[in-house]
Amino acid sequence: MSATAVHSLWTTAGEVTTAAPGDRFTAPTIEYAQLAPVLIVVGAAVLGILVEAFVPRRARYTTQVFLTVVAIAAAFAAVIGLAADGYATKNAHIAAMGAVAVDGPALFLQGTILLVSVVSVFTFAERRLDPASHGTRVDSFAAQAGSVPGSDGEKAAVKAGFTTTEVFPLALFSVAGMLVFPAANDLLTLFIALEVFSLPLYLLCAVARRKRLMSQEAAVKYFLLGAFSSAFLLFGIALLYGYAGTVSYAGIANVVDGSVQQIDPALASTMGNDALLLIGGAMILMGLLFKVGAVPFHMWTPDVYQGAPTPVTGFMAAATKVAAFGALLRLLYVVLPGLTWDLRPVMWGVAIVTMLGGAIVAITQTDIKRLLAYSSIAHAGFILAGVIAASPEGISSVLFYLGVYSFVTVGAFAVVTLVRDAGGEATHLSKWAGLGRRSPLTAAVFAVFLLSFAGIPLTSGFSGKFAVFKAAADGGASGLVVVGVISSAIAAFFYIRVIVLMFFSEPKADGPTVAVPSPLTMTTIAVGVAVTLVLGLAPQYFLDLAGQAGVFVR
Amino acid sequence: MENLIALLVAAPLLGAAVLLCGGRRLDRAGHWIGTVLAAASFVVGAVLFTDMLGKGAEDRTLRQHLYSWIPVEGFQADVAFQLDQLSMTFVLLITGVGTLIHIYSIGYMEHDERRRRFFGYLNLFLAAMLILVIADNYLLLYVGWEGVGLASYLLIGFWQHKPSAATAAKKAFLVNRVGDIGLSIAIMLMFTTFGTFAFGPVFEATGDTSEGKLTAIGLMLLLAACGKSAQVPLQSWLGDAMEGPTPVSALIHAATMVTAGVYLIVRSGAVFNGAPDAQLVVVVVGAVTLLFGAIVGCAKDDIKKALAGSTMSQIGYMILAAGLGPIGYVFAIMHLVTHGFFKAGLFLGAGSVMHGMNDEVDMRRYGGLRKFMPVTFVTFGLGYLAIIGFPGLSGFFSKDMIIEAAFAKGGTEGWILGSVTLLGAAITAFYMTRVMLMTFFGEKRWQPDAEGHEPHPHESPKSMTIPMIVLAFGSVFAGGFFSLGDRFLHWLEPVTGHDHGHAPVSAATVTAATMVVLVIGVAIAWAMYGRRPVPAVAPRGSLLTRAARRDLLQDDFNHVVLVRGGEHLTRSLVYVDHTLVDGVVNGTAASMGGLSGRLRKLQNGYARSYAVSMFGGAAVLIAATLLMRAV
Repeated sequence: MSATAVHSLWTTAGEVTTAAPGDRFTAPTIEYAQLAPVLIVVGAAVLGILVEAFVPRRARYTTQVFLTVVAIAAAFAAVIGLAADGYATKNAHIAAMGAVAVDGPALFLQGTILLVSVVSVFTFAERRLDPASHGTRVDSFAAQAGSVPGSDGEKAAVKAGFTTTEVFPLALFSVAGMLVFPAANDLLTLFIALEVFSLPLYLLCAVARRKRLMSQEAAVKYFLLGAFSSAFLLFGIALLYGYAGTVSYAGIANVVDGSVQQIDPALASTMGNDALLLIGGAMILMGLLFKVGAVPFHMWTPDVYQGAPTPVTGFMAAATKVAAFGALLRLLYVVLPGLTWDLRPVMWGVAIVTMLGGAIVAITQTDIKRLLAYSSIAHAGFILAGVIAASPEGISSVLFYLGVYSFVTVGAFAVVTLVRDAGGEATHLSKWAGLGRRSPLTAAVFAVFLLSFAGIPLTSGFSGKFAVFKAAADGGASGLVVVGVISSAIAAFFYIRVIVLMFFSEPKADGPTVAVPSPLTMTTIAVGVAVTLVLGLAPQYFLDLAGQAGVFVR
Repeated sequence: MENLIALLVAAPLLGAAVLLCGGRRLDRAGHWIGTVLAAASFVVGAVLFTDMLGKGAEDRTLRQHLYSWIPVEGFQADVAFQLDQLSMTFVLLITGVGTLIHIYSIGYMEHDERRRRFFGYLNLFLAAMLILVIADNYLLLYVGWEGVGLASYLLIGFWQHKPSAATAAKKAFLVNRVGDIGLSIAIMLMFTTFGTFAFGPVFEATGDTSEGKLTAIGLMLLLAACGKSAQVPLQSWLGDAMEGPTPVSALIHAATMVTAGVYLIVRSGAVFNGAPDAQLVVVVVGAVTLLFGAIVGCAKDDIKKALAGSTMSQIGYMILAAGLGPIGYVFAIMHLVTHGFFKAGLFLGAGSVMHGMNDEVDMRRYGGLRKFMPVTFVTFGLGYLAIIGFPGLSGFFSKDMIIEAAFAKGGTEGWILGSVTLLGAAITAFYMTRVMLMTFFGEKRWQPDAEGHEPHPHESPKSMTIPMIVLAFGSVFAGGFFSLGDRFLHWLEPVTGHDHGHAPVSAATVTAATMVVLVIGVAIAWAMYGRRPVPAVAPRGSLLTRAARRDLLQDDFNHVVLVRGGEHLTRSLVYVDHTLVDGVVNGTAASMGGLSGRLRKLQNGYARSYAVSMFGGAAVLIAATLLMRAV
């Protein structure tokens, strides 16, 4: 679909929903205050590009980190302010001419994304892990992203002490897209948000300092497959427009449940055609399932998680999942509630193969990052079980699970960045043998994260899994819960195996060492552990919060 | 007034905490702290008792709700106390005898390095026992029940350097666990049947409950009582428990803790009244234990083990009385109290003898001690006369009541039970006379101990003799005091109820019969141990004697049936586990691993393959969606 086509679609949609025929173009009303979180982050990202252009190289790192952290903090403050004004509950509202929803789920997920992002940015900014090259402390990112791996140009860039500080504005752009994604209230905003957060991620995947070829391969795969899935999504949007004559969620929902009978003469031949609705809905669903990494759209996950720089992996694994599940929830609960019974069996199937597939294939993995990738697939399946519950409890349990899961994930990948040998991070599992003997604290922290992944009581993973499974069982999906519990049992095997490996195996003579990080990464890990334990021991307050936030505005 | 109830428990609990956590700096004052707090608890009990006497029989029950322990909807567990006449009786017995034994222990444990810890455990025991008897629900009772079990375990194994003591403690603990399971199941049954386990509501609801359920609960309660009170078939631990210091044997394994089973059955009277089958089992257990303990007591040469057999037998009397229902409840408790006095006195006397005889316990190496320890002789002698039921002394009244009640049960059952209790009384007279004669009369048979020290028997210090004298007063006068004008009956009747039954013979006839068997028992013992010198080495004896020396083969039975059986069971379970369970588990694991390896091959690293998979997935998704609509 060309740009002009998109444009005409946009204007047509606008005419149908907002403007009476014959009116002249009126300026849209934009509620800037309600969009403040997004605007702050986008503004800071633009500033970040200017920083790259104008601030001297030496000061860029500090400036960028400062700017990024302040922007995210300000955006978080804005989210809290909106929630305090009641936008999460009674004042829930659709802003920007019907394009963006400001409601409980949106604010909850935006808050989660921002918190996860700020701790992820700390790992981006970590500069004490790699040995200093030529007198400059370096981070996980390539000296110069444009240089060919192994070339003289790269060596020169390294020698000159270059660093890729562009990762910070890229991350901010990505965060901005993620903030809009779960709040998008029409299909085009959804698509644009998807692209806004995906494109920077493709780039971020490619800029690893070490193992650059692998990193670039991961980026290319991610980009190709991402583009492929975007095409499905876009096609689905077109079909739904053909069906409903509008791209707004509320408008489509009205046509689906039959409360709008008036047929747009231009679309007379297609409007109300259920085949369009079903095929379009399924295609959009597929685009979102790709982003959450559900089987069979998951195959990019292990390769990309493994190849990307580990801080990026952590960020991507946590924040993307939050944003994508948010969008999926809104789509299913706002646009397609009438389709629940048509989509339910399909979603059941996807959830089952995702839970089982992720857990089973993870058993034979030998690389910690790939292991965590398959674990994330299995977790996507667990969350899908909550999505399928089709009840307010389902929504709130998914919100809670996302909060739980994202912090554990960021923390776990942050620990992975610490375990290093001469070739950089030692991600092969055999190298982790006996880690508990050498670095008991690091191993213990990682064990906490693994136990949480496995859903062992007293960790947040248990609270989350319990909430999701309970919602699913109450929602009539007991079969899914059974499969979920079986998958959890399978998954427990490989989590516990890593713990056994760390604590009950003899350390190898040439084993990796654990680098001592700066307070930045320490903060990330500490926050992860704290959230894991607090949400494991006393989850009620946060469950209530998610419960209050669990209503979508229409 | 009711606010004082918690103080009863708080004082010894504080003592236990201070003594056990206080460390060595309390070594010099520890025994005083423990004794004063035990006495304080007794004073509180006495104040409450005086207050209770000033009220009418209907208003005597005091309640104190301390806090909600587990406040869950549909499951209310409270820490709440209920002090009625039955609890009050126990409170006075426990704190009174407990305080005396604390005082005694000051002298008895003087040379023990870990005396502070000993007093800490004693205080812990008092606190737990008081919780047991003043709890107003079964769950809190269970807390006290387990608490006294723990204290008993710690005190039996107090001299843990002796392997025999450590083993005995373990044995007591394990056997008691069996009984404890009975109690926990009873509580669960109550909860499922009545939806509560507080005394009041449970007893009210028993009227509307089927007999089958009440029988089940009653039998489980009986199992619990058997464990704690050393009744057949869970009797095997009591003899070995004598490995503990003698004050412990007196307090826990004679006067108080072992009577907890009697308390449990009397307290649960409403349950048993509705379950005649359970009551029948209770009297059978009581009757069997009564004879079992008495026979074992006849053959033992170890003075404490002989007394342990006697304890078992006397508790058998109480259990039997409790099993008779309203005919016997009051007399069970009355015998329990008088027994608390004279048996504690006997044990303290035995401790005093051992104290003067280099810790020798074999009665064949005693003899002629009456001249050397006159106070011990007199107090022990009064306890002896009380337990055999010498007219006018405590045991005479309380035991006679039980024998009468057994006859009053009526019918064949009454005759059988009456005869068993009479036979028991004869054997009691025999074995107690034997103990008395072997210890205090006849020739000196002293022998040097393992290190060659000649024993120099001497009277014990004041701290030990005074408690013995006080207890001797109780042994002599308590029974008469309780019986005159049916004081005890009127005191306890409002709680337990009472029924006279249908006695086929008059009370005077029963008393006369009791006197006859008493004389026969004493005469046989005199003929065997008084007229002839006692051999220093035990003769081989008849088959029954040999069996009785081995506790009527209880340990052999347990070994063959339970230990061997258990070993066979575990061995077969291990076999099943290894072959079947592990086979299934390992098979599943292997097949999962295989599946994982095969699925993993799909992840070949080519973006084109991934795209195909996505495309296929999308196609299936769409097709399935359309199909669902079509169906």
